[in-house]
Amino acid sequence: MCVSAKGAYLKAAVFEYHQPASAEAAVEMLAELGEDAKVLAGGQSLVPVMAMRLGRPEHLVDVNRVAGLGGVTRSDGMLRVGALTRHRALERDLVIGRDVPLLARAAPYIGHFQIRNRGTLGGSLAHADPAAELPAVAVALDAGIEAHSVRGVRRIPADDFFVSAFTTVLEPDELVTAVHLPVWGAGSGFAVAELTRRHGDFAIAGAACGVQVAGGRIIRAAVALFGMGSVPVRAWSAEQALADTLAAEADLTAIGSEAVAALHPPADAHGSAAYRRRVGAHMVTRALRTALAEAQRGSS
Amino acid sequence: MSELDVTLTVNGERRRARVEPRRTLADLLRQELGLTGTHLACEHGVCGSCTVLVDGEAVRSCLMFGVQADGSEVTTVEGLAGDEPGSLGPVQRAFWETHGLQCGFCTPGFVVSVTAFLRECPDPDDEQIRAALSGNLCRCTGYQGIVRAVRLAARLCRNEKDHDERGGGELEVTGD
Repeated sequence: MCVSAKGAYLKAAVFEYHQPASAEAAVEMLAELGEDAKVLAGGQSLVPVMAMRLGRPEHLVDVNRVAGLGGVTRSDGMLRVGALTRHRALERDLVIGRDVPLLARAAPYIGHFQIRNRGTLGGSLAHADPAAELPAVAVALDAGIEAHSVRGVRRIPADDFFVSAFTTVLEPDELVTAVHLPVWGAGSGFAVAELTRRHGDFAIAGAACGVQVAGGRIIRAAVALFGMGSVPVRAWSAEQALADTLAAEADLTAIGSEAVAALHPPADAHGSAAYRRRVGAHMVTRALRTALAEAQRGSS
Repeated sequence: MSELDVTLTVNGERRRARVEPRRTLADLLRQELGLTGTHLACEHGVCGSCTVLVDGEAVRSCLMFGVQADGSEVTTVEGLAGDEPGSLGPVQRAFWETHGLQCGFCTPGFVVSVTAFLRECPDPDDEQIRAALSGNLCRCTGYQGIVRAVRLAARLCRNEKDHDERGGGELEVTGD
């Protein structure tokens, strides 16, 4: 540990602090500083990494005062959620709760309320923890991740965004500015299920699911798992197995097994690969059961 | 390493400090402003000992840099005491009455978290209480006394509100 001139113990290594007021200024800084800079949003993952000196960025670009990174707007059947939207706002925002309920359902599973008061949507995606909830929600819903740089703006499909654990396709000079999510409409239901050792921990395994029902048939299904690999996994075969089946006849236990059949989850102190696969299957079944019940209540 | 000026309101008082950007808000409160009621234990966001209110919301002061609090309104455990010098606020009183602490190291974090929680959820059930306490670790009590403290604190805060509206007199404190 390091001791300052004032005799105080210090955790993080020295860095230069930058506080841009606009996204343009932020991306100019990132372009200039290159790989030596890190974006500081909620800081609930970055600051611990710095406290343990697992990360020692030379520059921090604090985007908390960047104008226009918050807010929720809807257009063309999509909801645009600002990157700086805190997890607590995902829980509470009435528009998010109505239009993209899966975000609101996932948020309470993240850490504790003190963490959710600071943590942000964009930060969670950019951090790309393989056991985190929001990356799986983004993958399940085919979200588009809006990233700005001095070269312009691009929208990255969530399915292409996550490369491996804690690694995304973002360039060092890119800033996540918003997330675009589809609004599903009537007859849909959503749920998250996860298994943790303690309330607020990262999941051993979990699932984020959505289903939409019309005339008693499943017309749309989305299933993604987290904690089951280095990135969130979309369970395409499980979705296909659900598509166009009668909601009342769907064998959700079989669908759960199908969702994990091709996966090779990691083994650690909390469980073997085989255990994780069993837990993952159960989480898919559990989340789909909840989602389907909601969808059937709301469908005509 | 350059230092930056920070101006913030702490427990209703305007305070200024000059800090290195890598100093956390907890460091700033404890070392620059002498407010050592905010305790530091894990210093990486797990234990909740350092919880303070920033603009009314409970946050980990070890996971915010002091410079980020510039212009903010911060409340520490010192700001949650009673009106009379040396007296306790309702949440503190509830912890005292129900043995909600043993060594007391984690208590400031609990008191701040519980204060924020009860503002949003003034009449919680036990499940809500336990969920709200999950972000604070205590190594002594086994949490039973703390859960009792939150139940009593909820009642005291509600009574105090009624009592203030009626205006004056001693409040009776009873555990359950």
